[in-house]
Amino acid sequence: MPQDIPANSVGVVTPQIATFDEPLELRSGKVLESYQLVYETYGELNADKSNAVLICHALSGHHHAAGYHSMDDKKPGWWDSCIGPGKAIDTNKFFVIALNNLGGCHGSTGPTSINPATGEPYGSDFPMVRVRDWVESQARLADYLGIEKFAAVVGGSLGGMQALRWSIQYPERLHYSVVIASAPKLSAQNIAFNEVARNAIMKDPEFHDGHYLKHNTLPKAGLMQARMLAHLTYLSDDAMGEKFGRDMKSDEVRYDYSPEFEVESYLHYQGEKFSTTFDANTYLLMTKALDYFDPAQYYENDLAKCLSHAQCKFLVVSFTTDWRFSPERSEEIVDALIEADKEVTYARIESEKGHDAFLIPIPRYVSLFSAYMNRVAKELAL
Amino acid sequence: MTLRSDLNLIQQWIQPNSQVLDLGCGQGELLEFLKYQKACQVYGLEIHPDSIVSCVEKGLSVIEHDLNNGLKHFKDGSVDTVVMTQALQAVRRPDLLLDDMLRVGKEAIITFPNFGYWRTRLYLMSKGAMPMSKTLPYNWYDTPNIHMCTFHDFENLCRDKQLTILDRTVVDSTHEESLSTRLWPNLLGEIAMYRVTR
Repeated sequence: MPQDIPANSVGVVTPQIATFDEPLELRSGKVLESYQLVYETYGELNADKSNAVLICHALSGHHHAAGYHSMDDKKPGWWDSCIGPGKAIDTNKFFVIALNNLGGCHGSTGPTSINPATGEPYGSDFPMVRVRDWVESQARLADYLGIEKFAAVVGGSLGGMQALRWSIQYPERLHYSVVIASAPKLSAQNIAFNEVARNAIMKDPEFHDGHYLKHNTLPKAGLMQARMLAHLTYLSDDAMGEKFGRDMKSDEVRYDYSPEFEVESYLHYQGEKFSTTFDANTYLLMTKALDYFDPAQYYENDLAKCLSHAQCKFLVVSFTTDWRFSPERSEEIVDALIEADKEVTYARIESEKGHDAFLIPIPRYVSLFSAYMNRVAKELAL
Repeated sequence: MTLRSDLNLIQQWIQPNSQVLDLGCGQGELLEFLKYQKACQVYGLEIHPDSIVSCVEKGLSVIEHDLNNGLKHFKDGSVDTVVMTQALQAVRRPDLLLDDMLRVGKEAIITFPNFGYWRTRLYLMSKGAMPMSKTLPYNWYDTPNIHMCTFHDFENLCRDKQLTILDRTVVDSTHEESLSTRLWPNLLGEIAMYRVTR
């Protein structure tokens, strides 16, 4: 429990739900007749509705980006270090919207929701959703909230892909795009990691072709495997070395195969926790959205040509030990933006924290991000 | 808005509304002037975190980049002018960077401390030690200036590369040009400023 809510926190927040009855035609050709999106907002929308910032979440993220749901909450939202009064995304200036994406498992319509056609959970019948579908649904949420143009769309990792996609899908609806620890498309290695994770889930005997809820069970072991693997790719060798080294739980070597090293216990703990709080079908769907993301493919694989449609300005940030989406991947975006004559600022932040660094308040990162968001506020006269 | 005098000399060599890339743009003073006073489209490359933040505060497009890795972010002929102030002597291969500058830009503007300056010569001759001064405040072992050169050396390099020198000037440490620096540039000029093209 936060004994006292810190002064620079957005405080206790309540999620809200927006319901949409206009059918959403997805990239796959399937149609969602109706759906709901759960979201939170922080700060005040100004009179001319010009100070809105959209936060796009990564693979396992959700709408609870900042503040606390109650005084009993142990931890604040996942990006509380960067959202709040006086923080990088300053809620004294900006009206911040964070949502759970379609297909998620934290309150927006997704595989665990009831399929109106059958009266049962969608499970694996929930249609695959792509990044462009998320952007479309986010644009409808913006309409619902009366926001014509975002001051900025911001995201890390898969969230960064949404911020990038926004810039070409609705170029006239954002002033700035902030793309952190992201990539213009996945590499073969990235896709391979996702496939191993999906395979672990789908081979779990409790998976039941994705209809585990109907069978009153969960593919826990598979999801745990998937998360353990993915978690590895979020950390760097150095970060793991620093955190665990070769530390063991006891002084005696046990000569059995249960977790003995601290790093093993940690992975088991993370996997276990995730497997009971996250939906396996959502996990499959999110990894597939990642795999499919490749906006340049519709522009003769020319990313510069693709991004030439953007009208916003860009901030691109990478982290030195991120090997999931390495700095070179961010630099592909930067190079394409330069070639397309777009205004872009790029920083390659020194950090030993791997991909996870984008969630960690590294002083240099926060100072740059704050300076950039201040510039956004200044240029938009907020 | 007043510019430091060497930057003021440089900006006069840059056309309004042109595209400018500044290598080692520091806190972005020159680019800020060019963007807001001459409507140039500007990019800066910089490696120091605090300088990058200063550029962001000025609303400039700045790319974190080590000049020793060349100008790979930029395509051939993608800008009009590539500027590099006081960094030529600090990169690993000034000659290759100069090539890259003229690959990316139609023109290059380069400034560097002239090691042929009379005080530098006198320092070496009288003390027998690597010269230190206000312009060159480092010890030989910790200086970032690993390729010191003179006015003549640079002109020889330009000749070898068959570059055309469009403009040149040398200034004293207060960045002022005078009759004497014009007459004996390699002896009396402390900072050399060149505008070259291929």
